[in-house]
Amino acid sequence: MTRQDLVAAEDVLLFVHAAITATGQREFHSDADGQRLSLDFLHAYVRVNYRPLYAAALALDINDHNAALIVRRLLETAGEATDEERRTEGQLIAARLARLPAPRVYRLFRALRAAKVNNRRTRAIMRDWCAARPDPALDAVKYRAGLKCAARHAHLRLDGEPQRAGELGDFLFAPGRRKHFTTPLLDAWRRAHYEQKAVYELSFTVAEGFAAAHGIGRRAFLERIAPRMTRLERLRVQESARTTRAEVDLDPARLPLTRLAAYVLGLPLDDRVARRAELTGALRAAARRTAGARAGTWGRVAAVLDDSFSTTGSRQKRRRPLATALACHFLLAELAGSYRPLWTSGRRDPLLAYPYGPTPLGMRLLDALEYAPERLVIVSDGWDNAPPGLAGEVLRVWRTRLDREGRTSVVHLNPVYDAENFAVRRLSAEVPTAGVRDAEDLPALVQLARFAEGRTGLAELRAHLDDRVRQFVRGDHGASGEHGATVREGGAG
Amino acid sequence: MSGLDLSGLRACPGQVWGAVRLVPLVRAEPVTDLRLHREVYRDEPAGPVTVRSGKGTYCSTYVPHGFVADWTGDGSPAAAYGSQLGDGRGPVVCAPLHFPRKPAQRARDKGRPSGGASGTLRFLPLHLALDGYLALHFGGPSTVWEEWTRRAVREGLSPRAERAYRGEAVPGLDDALRVFEIHPGQCGVLVYVADAPAAAFVVPHPDDYRALHPSLLQDLYGELMYQYALYGGPVREDPVRLPDAYIGSLAELRSAAERRAAEWAAQHAGLMADSWLDASYDVRQVYRMGRFRLSRFLPPFALHRPQHIGEMITDGKGRVVYLKTFRLTDKQVRRGHVLHRLAAHDWQVGHAAEAMGIGHRELMRRVEHLGFEGLLKLHG
Repeated sequence: MTRQDLVAAEDVLLFVHAAITATGQREFHSDADGQRLSLDFLHAYVRVNYRPLYAAALALDINDHNAALIVRRLLETAGEATDEERRTEGQLIAARLARLPAPRVYRLFRALRAAKVNNRRTRAIMRDWCAARPDPALDAVKYRAGLKCAARHAHLRLDGEPQRAGELGDFLFAPGRRKHFTTPLLDAWRRAHYEQKAVYELSFTVAEGFAAAHGIGRRAFLERIAPRMTRLERLRVQESARTTRAEVDLDPARLPLTRLAAYVLGLPLDDRVARRAELTGALRAAARRTAGARAGTWGRVAAVLDDSFSTTGSRQKRRRPLATALACHFLLAELAGSYRPLWTSGRRDPLLAYPYGPTPLGMRLLDALEYAPERLVIVSDGWDNAPPGLAGEVLRVWRTRLDREGRTSVVHLNPVYDAENFAVRRLSAEVPTAGVRDAEDLPALVQLARFAEGRTGLAELRAHLDDRVRQFVRGDHGASGEHGATVREGGAG
Repeated sequence: MSGLDLSGLRACPGQVWGAVRLVPLVRAEPVTDLRLHREVYRDEPAGPVTVRSGKGTYCSTYVPHGFVADWTGDGSPAAAYGSQLGDGRGPVVCAPLHFPRKPAQRARDKGRPSGGASGTLRFLPLHLALDGYLALHFGGPSTVWEEWTRRAVREGLSPRAERAYRGEAVPGLDDALRVFEIHPGQCGVLVYVADAPAAAFVVPHPDDYRALHPSLLQDLYGELMYQYALYGGPVREDPVRLPDAYIGSLAELRSAAERRAAEWAAQHAGLMADSWLDASYDVRQVYRMGRFRLSRFLPPFALHRPQHIGEMITDGKGRVVYLKTFRLTDKQVRRGHVLHRLAAHDWQVGHAAEAMGIGHRELMRRVEHLGFEGLLKLHG
């Protein structure tokens, strides 16, 4: 293994962990511009030096922002790739786009249009993606501007079914040309301009605008549109519904764990106390579903969870680091045989967590190690300040003096991308650090973290990535139908 | 002349952001019978406020915010009056302040019985201290009073002026205060810029600190601090090092970590003593409220040492309950020094120069250079 290999492996891992956490939004310690600039540099650096690995990152659990950014960069610089590379890239891009949320893909198409990327491959990718959409009429209504832009840019033919020839095209580009549409959804949109009843046939986001135009009361609107809402929309309007006393059911057991944690943290403390049983039950259920077959298999686990003031996040990512820590807490409780959580503030009640106080990570680590766990998970942004650097020293001494055999496997998960260092902030060189966005990825990240110890070479990493890529591209063909169904359900309610 | 008594406050590990280091001071037992809160005066965008004291007397000054001290006479807890969040009081339009003759004033329009067991005092942070500094021997030599009076009538008052920077103008201070993680029980902070002591701020109660933490941004800082922040660059965070050779068990690791923390506190206390506690101050009492005294202090104006002017509230035993300091720049220290020396020798330039070990001409040059030639033109 040469030095060059090590550097390459390190670079790629650095990028992957950045791509998991960074979203180009403002963070607690750095502003949005700094984050974007730093991330853009990282993308350019990895794309130029390790193009195949850059594309392969699409197969990993990187976040949607970076996935879209990678697709865009790959398409912009298609000329730099060989034929073979292009083929793999094409497969990866198609597979990834199928998993991205539709608004994000339309935004990507708009960015491609703005960047004047209009080669044959880009057009084919746009065409294939649009053709695979389960309900073009829904897209036309819900993502009108996006679909219009894509159709214009890629010269899409929108008349899929012969009996409705040209209807979609007319709907997008000349809606006044037809007296009525044969597709029910398109016609509902037309009628919704003057008929209140038709509003409730549309999807929630579109209907919301019409409701405002018609002056429909919030409570009545929410109750009647509720069947059309997606899961996340239901979650989002919960508090709005509560203030207007509208009934919007929510099945918390089906919600993603981290979203649910973020929702809980957004509630006032009094509400959390009043609804303690309900909220705890929902979080536990979500965690149990995420853990699946792995529940109870991790043995003795200790977790050091950061709830210091810096987990406030920013205006864009409100309490995100704390939400991740809270979700990890519930997930670890399910995965572990016996479990001990340690919050940095010293508080014991996870449901009432709020960002508070400094980050005495070092002392909490000592408490955690005293528990003699098989696995120790640290969820923190890595700004250890009371006193600074103690956590790193404790881990170093523990690894080099007290636990040379590695009885305890320690992993640090960091939910925040540090723009200045082009990486997630590490606690110690002895302990692998992985970026984390959703607690749901925790088991996979713990796997990936073993590469981050800095002792694995490029060949091993490449083998791992190839493996993931194969699974990803293959898995897509099997899962696309199912995924399409969820999108459809998500879109139409 | 006396020092500051900061007993009861413990320094915790500082937090570094760019050139700014903030060292939190934690109070084991908060003071409950004196509370501070803040009044925001309406001046958007920040500009001078004209304060009227009746009878045609005006004073224009920059008043970013004022502090209101609440105390009870019998030692029972005072209400945290207004330091609660969201009490919804609008900004005070124009406070009836007598300034600069009386920078501290009892707040009257609070619907509270004045002179009862409990009272409130409204004062402008740092103005007491600056006032003390600006008025330092401002009366000048008694022999030129007549000349001064004539000039004041002819040209108006020409008060001494000093420049200071608002906290917002000090580069990086806003971010440092924003990302600072307030400790539980924290009642104060020491601000270092490029590791030079810039300001100390102590309040009686942790809740007050939480409410007043952002007010550090609206305080005054000397020009030196502005330059240090601009050119000082990032200061090093000194991370803990543990001697791994002597650690054989987890218990030893823990005791080593705790020892480090204690050592750090002792080290910092030494540093702090150097710049704040060591010096002997000229303390003047301004106001008395129950068992507390509001006073301002001036440093000894020894040359080439960081020195602070400031104001404080002390309790019956002389312990500091409230403290706010302003770091003087070297030039300001020199001014104070020369004024002190001249006053000590009854404004006889010859005697003063002799005592300072320099020539008459040199002292005149210094006085001129410091902007005081008006004081000595006739007299010298």
